[in-house]
Amino acid sequence: MYAQLSGLRFTALTFLAVLFVGGAAWPVVPELVEDGQIIPESLKPEERRSGTTFLSEALRAQQEDEGTNPGMLWVTTGEELWTTPAGSENKSCVNCHGDAEASMKGVAARYPTIDKTTGELLNLELRINQCRRERQGAEPFPYESNEMLGLTAFIAYQSRGMPISVSIDGPAARHFEYGRKLFTTRQGQLNLACTQCHDENWGRKLRGDTISQGHPTGFPIYRLEWQSLGSLHRRLRACSLGVRAEVLDYGSPEYLALELYLAWRARGMPIETPAIRR
Amino acid sequence: MSMTSARIVVPKTAKRGEVVEIKTLIKHPMETGYRRDHRGQVIPRHIIQRFVATYNGEEVFSADLTQGVAANPYFAFPLRVEESGEITFTWTDDRGSTHTEKAEITVA
Repeated sequence: MYAQLSGLRFTALTFLAVLFVGGAAWPVVPELVEDGQIIPESLKPEERRSGTTFLSEALRAQQEDEGTNPGMLWVTTGEELWTTPAGSENKSCVNCHGDAEASMKGVAARYPTIDKTTGELLNLELRINQCRRERQGAEPFPYESNEMLGLTAFIAYQSRGMPISVSIDGPAARHFEYGRKLFTTRQGQLNLACTQCHDENWGRKLRGDTISQGHPTGFPIYRLEWQSLGSLHRRLRACSLGVRAEVLDYGSPEYLALELYLAWRARGMPIETPAIRR
Repeated sequence: MSMTSARIVVPKTAKRGEVVEIKTLIKHPMETGYRRDHRGQVIPRHIIQRFVATYNGEEVFSADLTQGVAANPYFAFPLRVEESGEITFTWTDDRGSTHTEKAEITVA
């Protein structure tokens, strides 16, 4: 409530400033508010930092060493699933895609992407379940299951070090715009937009941790708080809860659009799956 | 621990008498038995209780684990190798499940 009031006050101040200065630039306005949407102070390319750079030396070393990074346990699970036949077709991923090291290299860097046949936006999780339903004749994996986390980790791991590069043109454009709008719109009882923490206040402290820039370079991530691997949507749900907004479903259109916007925002940054985060 | 996975790092070769580093990771919830779910029910304890490593049948490392150990336990230990052979790793949890991994090391 207080946050909402102060937000209104900022808006009112901006309005007054515009009145008195007569539309001239107002140097201390923290944000511009237009139709409830905040125009973000976007990060300059040279300012962008992966979440890894906010980790301690010890955690960074743990992430880099495949013998100590616990996320690799899920990569192993995914590697096993890649060659495990499933469904009425009794086919495994390897029957169509062959060696993942070759066929999946760079794939995660292009997701989320528009499905050519349906025109829908798909992330890796939804694509895997599409394959299971349509090619394997198998039950889809629950979004946050051991199996889904394993396969997404294994597939994204094949793109480790490759730059994120998603398409936001054509049919993806409306999802991208929606994602950007969500990122910059105040929400929840705390009345905060993503951009207020991750563009404007990154590097500062929040509840004893450093606010990151929110780049999705390492997903699925091994989060110490979870003691497990988790998807980007699980992380977004934690953010929604954090600002006391409605926590949306895994794979919801909102989180998918946000995922696309975040990937574009991190364009060119290398994939670090499976990353460790606090 | 049927759906589990484990990773071990053992050098493929070593010199006689060399001390090598062995690293192990296993996926396990290590549920303490002290937590409650969203209905208020106690989540039953589920932890690995024992980890043993043997080198050509001889025990070279073991550990008793308790609720204080985090999920997905990581163990690393130094091992002096005098002869080629097999290192076997066994984790046993409080539900009686065991998981075993093996690795060969060639001593030149």
